[in-house]
Amino acid sequence: MKIHEYQAKSVLARFGVAVPRGEVAVTSAEAGEIARRLGGSIAVVKAQIHAGGRGKGGGVKLAKSPEEAEQLAAQMIGMTLVTHQTGPEGRKVGRVLIEEGLQIDRELYLSIVLDRASARPVIICSAAGGMDIEEVAAKEPEKILREAIDPGTGIIPFQARKLAFGMGLASGPANKLVKLLESVYKAFVETDASMIEVNPLILTKGGDLLALDAKVSFDDNALYRHPDLRDFRDLAEEDPLEVEASKFSLNYIRLDGNIGCMVNGAGLAMATMDIIKLAGGEPANFLDVGGGANAEQIKNAFRILMADQNVKAVLINIFGGILRCDVLAQGVILAVTELGVRVPIVIRMEGTNVEEGKRLLRESGLNFTTADSMGEAAEKVVGLARGE
Amino acid sequence: MQGLTGREGTFHAKAAAAYGTQVVGGVTPGKGGTTHEGWPIFNTVHDAVRETGANASVIFVPPPFAADAVMEAADAGVALVVCITEGIPTMDMLKAMTFMKEKPTRLIGPNCPGIITAGQAKAGIIPGHICREGRIGIVSKSGTLTYEAIHQLSRQGMGQTTCIGIGGDPLIGTSFIDALKLFKADADTEAVIMIGEIGGTAEQEAAAYIAHEFRKPVVGFIAGQTAPPGRRMGHAGAIIAGGQGTAAEKMDALAKAGVHVVKSPADMGAKMREVLG
Repeated sequence: MKIHEYQAKSVLARFGVAVPRGEVAVTSAEAGEIARRLGGSIAVVKAQIHAGGRGKGGGVKLAKSPEEAEQLAAQMIGMTLVTHQTGPEGRKVGRVLIEEGLQIDRELYLSIVLDRASARPVIICSAAGGMDIEEVAAKEPEKILREAIDPGTGIIPFQARKLAFGMGLASGPANKLVKLLESVYKAFVETDASMIEVNPLILTKGGDLLALDAKVSFDDNALYRHPDLRDFRDLAEEDPLEVEASKFSLNYIRLDGNIGCMVNGAGLAMATMDIIKLAGGEPANFLDVGGGANAEQIKNAFRILMADQNVKAVLINIFGGILRCDVLAQGVILAVTELGVRVPIVIRMEGTNVEEGKRLLRESGLNFTTADSMGEAAEKVVGLARGE
Repeated sequence: MQGLTGREGTFHAKAAAAYGTQVVGGVTPGKGGTTHEGWPIFNTVHDAVRETGANASVIFVPPPFAADAVMEAADAGVALVVCITEGIPTMDMLKAMTFMKEKPTRLIGPNCPGIITAGQAKAGIIPGHICREGRIGIVSKSGTLTYEAIHQLSRQGMGQTTCIGIGGDPLIGTSFIDALKLFKADADTEAVIMIGEIGGTAEQEAAAYIAHEFRKPVVGFIAGQTAPPGRRMGHAGAIIAGGQGTAAEKMDALAKAGVHVVKSPADMGAKMREVLG
């Protein structure tokens, strides 16, 4: 689960990481109020969306007075912000973070992610903060420092010192970094984070280390034990159909194409998208109905799939293992009958009880196109979506 | 079987026994001393191993307790642990992986369909009736794509030695390389189908291993060539993050290692037929 910058900072602050003073606003009047309360000569107005690259897209601006902060907030709230991470459709800004301006001496980079190969969390630091870390990795890989953490010991102070001195910090700030890394690591473990990124981590002219920006995402599988973090979910950042699908434990991701897909199993669902593309079409979604789906769930899946107005044809690709083909067929017949589906439907199924499933489809009197292989199914559905 | 008394555990215990697996009992804490469908139930894996001599365990325990179950099985000295459970928190698996580092136990999964040796035995949920005995090994991150590969091989008149579903989570016990080592040592396996997906670098690591160590023919497919970056595609591990873990880079690495990479998931069986002649 992704969260906003202001929420990420509140999580880090809870674990003792210093962050700039600031508050979030949903109206421009509030934004002006907050800037006035913060005092100082400069306030920063930051659009809160779940995507990076906000600065370049015009979502981060400096205000020299509370009035200017209010004006900037008025421009940002409600605007559609397009960055290299949002796609061309952009994201609508619903809230802004107003923060104090700070005197920056250096910008550093810090993140914690899981390294799958070694099965350890890795802390990544770089003296080249404030830049896209992938760019730094490509151009100046020597500037990226990594320390793998043993989950048994947690971060050991010498590891933090290696990172601090490796980034060229003097002993005062280095000691502060050791403490900060302990806090960030603790936050990573205790919140079941899948990623924490602080970019930039700034060293102020006064010698303090603060998280000027922060990105945190949590492991969805662990949210059941963090009710407080679950409240951070912002449904406005998600596609309404994806929100609806999540209520029925369906793995649905909306895409740009016009061929709806319904598949069992994540791997087969991805492969079905791939084969549609190879056949010259574009998938409208990823949808994994899972191994234990019943007729009712198939119906819900169908309803969500068909709510996407772009869908011109549907491909159902099921390999029955635990999910039986006859159960699938019943669900599809129920859905098509009740929902009055008007687009062509291509069904390819194999595996457990396939003959019974095929018989049910044949005898339903509904107009399904069947296919014997994935390749044939893809060719047929792409043709039908084009109106052939 | 850990979690034998649950609905899924019961269903798959029966299916495994019917396929020829010696299912000797179950573990459900608090139900020790009872029987379920004729099988004795134990409170702990230690008790079950002592009483039955079990050397493998299949785990059907709910996600919050599954990592604990994996560690318990390893601590009891079980040689093979197959964890079917989907949705285990990564932090729990991190602990389990650290705990198991010094132990001889092989873990398959979690979030996997398990392992089947055609015509002999299975530990997990791969439907036995779709497999037939033959000479091809399959290793895959995806359950249903494994079934698809089996089906395509059958259409080409080819069967399988062993199929291993290694699972789609970020942290898994048995890697592609581990499975390939087993296929290398297995004289009955003539060639291998390897099915990967977006996310992580396990396929690239396997490519490096294949290039230097693996001489049997490999047909490869990577799912998620059309997956958008930054989105988790069903499996917890299937995500392109920071531009890394794309299907293109994996396919490229495998092709360079001499793997016969197919673009279309419909071509796995036909490609294997072509490679073996």
